Amino acid sequence: MDDYKMMVNAYKEAGGEDVFSDSEVAHVVLERDNVLGSHEVEGLEVNIKKREKGRVQVEIEVAAAAVIKNPVHMCFGVLPEKGLQIIDMEVNIGRGAEIEVLADCIFPNASEVKHIMEAEINLAENSKYTYRENHYHGEEGGVEVQAEAEIMAAPNSYFYSVFSLLQGRAGKISFDYQADLDAHSTLEMLARIRGNNEDEITIREAGVLRGKGARGILDSKIALQDKASGEILNELTACASNAQGHVDCTEVIKDEATARAVPIVNVEHPEAKITHEAAIGSVDDTKLQSLMSRGLNEEEATEVIVQGMLKG
Amino acid sequence: MKNILEIENLGLNLGSNKVFSDVSFTISSGEVTAVIGPNGCGKTSLAYSIMGLKEYKPEQGSIFYKDENINKYSIDERARKGITLAWQEPPRLEGVSVRKFLALGLESQKKEVTEEQLESVLKEVGMSPHLYLDRNIDDTLSGGERKRIELASILIMEPELVILDEPDSGVDIVALNNIGTVINKLKEKNTGILMITHSEEMLKYADKAVLLCHGEILKKGDPQEISVFYQKECRDCEVDDYKSHREKRQQMQAEVKNIG
Ligand SMILES: Nc1ncnc2c1ncn2[C@@H]1O[C@H](COP(=O)(O)OP(=O)(O)O)[C@@H](O)[C@H]1O
Ligand SMILES: [Mg+2]
Repeated sequence: MDDYKMMVNAYKEAGGEDVFSDSEVAHVVLERDNVLGSHEVEGLEVNIKKREKGRVQVEIEVAAAAVIKNPVHMCFGVLPEKGLQIIDMEVNIGRGAEIEVLADCIFPNASEVKHIMEAEINLAENSKYTYRENHYHGEEGGVEVQAEAEIMAAPNSYFYSVFSLLQGRAGKISFDYQADLDAHSTLEMLARIRGNNEDEITIREAGVLRGKGARGILDSKIALQDKASGEILNELTACASNAQGHVDCTEVIKDEATARAVPIVNVEHPEAKITHEAAIGSVDDTKLQSLMSRGLNEEEATEVIVQGMLKG
Repeated sequence: MKNILEIENLGLNLGSNKVFSDVSFTISSGEVTAVIGPNGCGKTSLAYSIMGLKEYKPEQGSIFYKDENINKYSIDERARKGITLAWQEPPRLEGVSVRKFLALGLESQKKEVTEEQLESVLKEVGMSPHLYLDRNIDDTLSGGERKRIELASILIMEPELVILDEPDSGVDIVALNNIGTVINKLKEKNTGILMITHSEEMLKYADKAVLLCHGEILKKGDPQEISVFYQKECRDCEVDDYKSHREKRQQMQAEVKNIG
């Protein structure tokens, strides 16, 4: 089987839909530094350049006023047990443009894989960008992920992102997203991660609500078991009148897992407001017992609650 | 009729707090036994002891379910044997849909769940399936809606014994009729029902009643008689310290005997 087929198969096994032959759906398939497939649609331009070994630059340009109908599928991965993938991503969303991207990062056989993503995302006025990134790192824990993004949101734009890893091992994840919001723009940044064995997860989501009426939500949820550890460092700053936001850090732990949460809120304008919530603990006993009274054992009941939390 | 549950001299302490003691009564299949008593008299704790919650292990007495002492079984083991509880305050379950929650009770018994079953139990509690099946059981649902979903989740399980802990609390007047429907459905399936309440209105659904006062049984028997007695003596009872209450109770029990 060729690499393209193997990648698409791995992608499907990780839960992705088969869209790569649909001419209405734009896509990019990247295995280490090899472009295995790419397809554009009207209003969307994708440029991929190989830089040095293991390093690729991906530029995504959405033309002003273009509304991309179908979500764009991106599939990044490393197929062998060992490998390196560095992606420098630049995304420019034109004025009034709208796009949704579904990115799947899959390392199904990893024992020693490193994936580094450095993204710069610029949203012009009135634009809208929805970004869902799903990870599957295999069952061995041999993946190290560093994901960094800087987001600049012009007035009245909307940015939504969700980073999720809900199956298998997480390995080492270090995630650092930073957003700067102009007037009346909106930020929603979510992370949903499960860790087990010796996985190490660090999340930093940060936002600066610089413009009047900007809105921001930073919402991270982690479920940890065995000896996994998690840390959430979310920081939201509001500097203008009527800027409002909320920071949520939730971690549920069992076994010998450990967790830390440091929500930071800064308010630099008397008419701005930010709230925060942080909770670390085991699964709530009442919820657990309520499900057990329906016949689920403790483990099954915990699973229902954890899955629900990570979905919500 | 055969007793599905027999409670014998059950007693529970929590810390230094004596929650209930010497509680004995029986429940028959297809019948409603009501336990009525004012707030704080130990009703929910009794429900938890019967359901098998860890912190509510009784110190004295036994619980026989289908002639087997079930003291040793955990909550989920009891549930898989056919016992379940409709919680007084059903918890929020973020990210868990009504569909998923209703299905759990059958899946845990390795039974198939059909769309028709899901729809039919929601209709029984007066909820429109297409509006609710895919909603999550989180704080976007009111307490009353969660209580009705709780009852639907009981109906779908077809348990042999169910404890309904204050099914009427927190639901609106329209939904009160649904509680009657649910009780009748359960009776049709020959379920034994322990109905816990603090409101004499609910006694109209009962076949027999037990009056609980500060963790002790004050009176047992015909629901109508209990209702009259409860309204007269208990509802506005102002004795709130345990010792004088005990004295009042003994005095009343003596009077009951003299009359009887
Ligand atoms: N976990 C607990 N620890 C200590 N005291 C408790 C606990 N649960 C209930 N109680 C006490 O037991 C008594 C009975 O409570 P409960 O069973 O909830 O009464 P009811 O359901 O009749 O209102 C109350 O005084 C209550 O404060
Ligand atoms: Mg109660």
